[in-house]
Amino acid sequence: MTFFEKITLIDRRIVFIVIALAVIIPLLLRVDLPIKVTPEVKKVYDIIDELPPGSVIVMPCEYAPDTMAELEPMLFAVLRHCFRKDIKVIGCLFFPTGVKLIEQEFKQIAEEQGAVYGEDYVLLGYRPYPAVVIMSMGQDFRQSFPEDYYGTSLDALPMMKGVKNYDDTELVLTINATSGVDFWLIYGRERYGFRYALGVTAVMAADYYSYLNSGQVEGIIGGLKGAAEYESLIDYGDLATMGMSIQSFVHIVIVLFIIIGNVGYFASRGKQRGRR
Amino acid sequence: MGTSVVHLARLRLFLFIILFSSIIGQAAFGAENDWLITKPPLINKLYDTPNDHGKSIKIEWLSAEYDSAFIPEGYIIQRADSPQGPFDSIGFVPIVNNLYTDYEDVINKKDYYYRVAVTGTDITSPVEGPVQASGQWFHTGKTTTFVFSVVFCAMAIAILIFARRGVQFYIRPIGGINAIDDAIGRATEMGKPILFVPGLGTASDVATIAAFTIMERVAKKTAEYQSRVIVPCYYPETMIVAQEVVKSAFMDAGRPDMFNSKNIFYVTTDQFPYTAAVNGIMLRDKPATNFFLGKFYAESLVLAETGFEAGAIQIAGTDEPIQIPFFVAACDYTLIGEELYAASAYLSRDPMRLGTLKAQDWGKAILVVILVLGIVTASVFGSDFFIRMLDVNVN
Amino acid sequence: MKRQLPIAITFICAFILTVQYFVPHRSFEMMYEVSNVWLQIIGFFATLLGILSLVLNHWEKVKYKQENWIYSIVALAGLAGMTLVGLIGSQDNPVFEWLYNFILSPIQATMFSLLAFFIASAAYRAFRARTTIATILLLAAIVVMLGRVPIGAYISGGLFPWLADILLNYPNVAAKRAIIMGVGLGAAATSLKVMLGIERSYMGSD
Repeated sequence: MTFFEKITLIDRRIVFIVIALAVIIPLLLRVDLPIKVTPEVKKVYDIIDELPPGSVIVMPCEYAPDTMAELEPMLFAVLRHCFRKDIKVIGCLFFPTGVKLIEQEFKQIAEEQGAVYGEDYVLLGYRPYPAVVIMSMGQDFRQSFPEDYYGTSLDALPMMKGVKNYDDTELVLTINATSGVDFWLIYGRERYGFRYALGVTAVMAADYYSYLNSGQVEGIIGGLKGAAEYESLIDYGDLATMGMSIQSFVHIVIVLFIIIGNVGYFASRGKQRGRR
Repeated sequence: MGTSVVHLARLRLFLFIILFSSIIGQAAFGAENDWLITKPPLINKLYDTPNDHGKSIKIEWLSAEYDSAFIPEGYIIQRADSPQGPFDSIGFVPIVNNLYTDYEDVINKKDYYYRVAVTGTDITSPVEGPVQASGQWFHTGKTTTFVFSVVFCAMAIAILIFARRGVQFYIRPIGGINAIDDAIGRATEMGKPILFVPGLGTASDVATIAAFTIMERVAKKTAEYQSRVIVPCYYPETMIVAQEVVKSAFMDAGRPDMFNSKNIFYVTTDQFPYTAAVNGIMLRDKPATNFFLGKFYAESLVLAETGFEAGAIQIAGTDEPIQIPFFVAACDYTLIGEELYAASAYLSRDPMRLGTLKAQDWGKAILVVILVLGIVTASVFGSDFFIRMLDVNVN
Repeated sequence: MKRQLPIAITFICAFILTVQYFVPHRSFEMMYEVSNVWLQIIGFFATLLGILSLVLNHWEKVKYKQENWIYSIVALAGLAGMTLVGLIGSQDNPVFEWLYNFILSPIQATMFSLLAFFIASAAYRAFRARTTIATILLLAAIVVMLGRVPIGAYISGGLFPWLADILLNYPNVAAKRAIIMGVGLGAAATSLKVMLGIERSYMGSD
């Protein structure tokens, strides 16, 4: 086997080791790279930034520890922005294995920003059958959630005073790694006409550009890159900004692997032709 | 029922507290603050909520203007049966909003009058009304969907009539479906099982129903060749249907004795634990052929790459657009989107099934014509007729 | 009769729910709500069957000491342990929190992170410029990969992000819409087949 044939058949374990190194090395070196903000992320930021203090937004968070690496930085950045601007947040924990995680994340940022539960944010607990829940929330949040995640009546929470349904909120921003994005679009946005924006994994983001162009979705925070852009907009570099050098490095390595594979492919094909 | 009564009682208590504090506030400071309101709110839209079953009225108003020294907490929506009153407070809206939907015991076909009061003052908007709530029997926002559904069904039924009369329909070759029999044969020759993953969709998802069609064919061939088919399921409902499909296929093949319901089992309804379990099956049992047909999400590449590593021939198909590239990269054959749905017609060659496929093609042709006309009229003539025609408003 | 009755039930239910979509009247909304309640009830019983299937399968492996039976003990212990801990002390139980934070979370995160490695190996293996179409796919992949990370903008002076945005907003959206429209029509045709009893595979054989 020639050298060129060999480089078309690199063992995948070698590929895995190189990728692991491409993650670890930038993590140790902490290289900062300039982050360019895309219009779809800027739009989400602008919507929240332009809201008057005291406005309420709904944030359904549907993800579990598996997609946490991409979505947690997004949630952190948006919550920091909201709490700084005195925007009240209604968090919905709709994904059974993510309930505990998201509750902990809300708590962490609330403590950091001095936000008070019940006054600055409220958590609605898990309910199955999201389509039915989303529709009933359009009538009254209390229909599906007479009590919050901790079992307190919604009427007893100062923040929920006068907040009945989507009409009393300014935006629904879902941080989502599930098909729940579509549920919120079909059964929520299309039925009740609220302003709708997304924070989704990078793979999912490509799927929702068509809704962005049609105006059904007003903004998209896509993957770790989107979260890093949001962090740069609120001027608070955190997990996502740190992850950008890693992601850059890994993408470069994958591109190099593709180039190596193609160089080997063309060179070995050329030799085979020569032999004939 | 019990919950709604409790809920209503809570709501009334809440409104009572708001009203009570408002009255106390007004008694104490009401008139005092009135001069700070430079312009009272003004109801500019009062209408029956469209396309609903009635029992609700929408109120929109122009916000009050006030001195910066006094920011009111919000608005209280008041309702009466006559313009003279008495007005009952039915809801509270924070000051930043100016829309309210009244669902409070609204009776259809009854006159109502509304006004909006500013909290902490005696200021109210002028009374607006009368307005009546009423239910509708047709959702006008869905007219386009209705027309297109009727046209599509009519076209399908017409084509089915032709199909019954023996008209032959052409269907282009689909590589992925053609490869099914070869892939099953390969597994038999190697003496290894076949893995059929029906995806992460529920049993009622169209993609899963399409997967059942192919599963039936695979199970039948498997029974004929006396191989084993393993079906790990994401939903218990899927497991029950899959067991029935495979059992019937084995019976049709004349080998009911070979059917083992334990080969079709429930794993978990959690994405990555399910993926881990299926990966484990691929690495331990080394199936010669893997079918990934149905709804797939982020696990698609993890499954397909593990299957590749295990040396299996892989046939995938999904209607999830973002997962198609992953399957194309890692599998031998991929059914793209609607090809998955076409499988049943393709495999059975049943004229009735082919007829619906033909109707689908005609539906697509109509859509393409409308789209081209829409693009041309909008771009060249500046007309938005076709855009409005295709507009669906489900609000 | 064994086949006609389910087909008749399917047709009636499908017809009512189709009409319900266009009629906002309360009586039709109630039908939809009732169907949702039925769905939940069926789901509950199916879940019991699912859990039973899971337990029996693994129990049998343990009982007869089949190949890899040790993993079945882990599966059964996980199922029983997590359920018990959750039932006894709810989600605020420190044992549940510990299991969640230090077992479930890392395992799930590990599974998802495998994607990075698999994307690399699949891209290396599959992206070969064998044909013109494959070359276009390859170039588009490289542009989007570099355009979506800061280093892409850094090394190309903003060219890669600009190109990536164009690719995502136009060819990507156009292709997706085409697939979605095809899928929509295909789903409608399949639903019609199920409704009219032409498609019966889901009930067992023809």
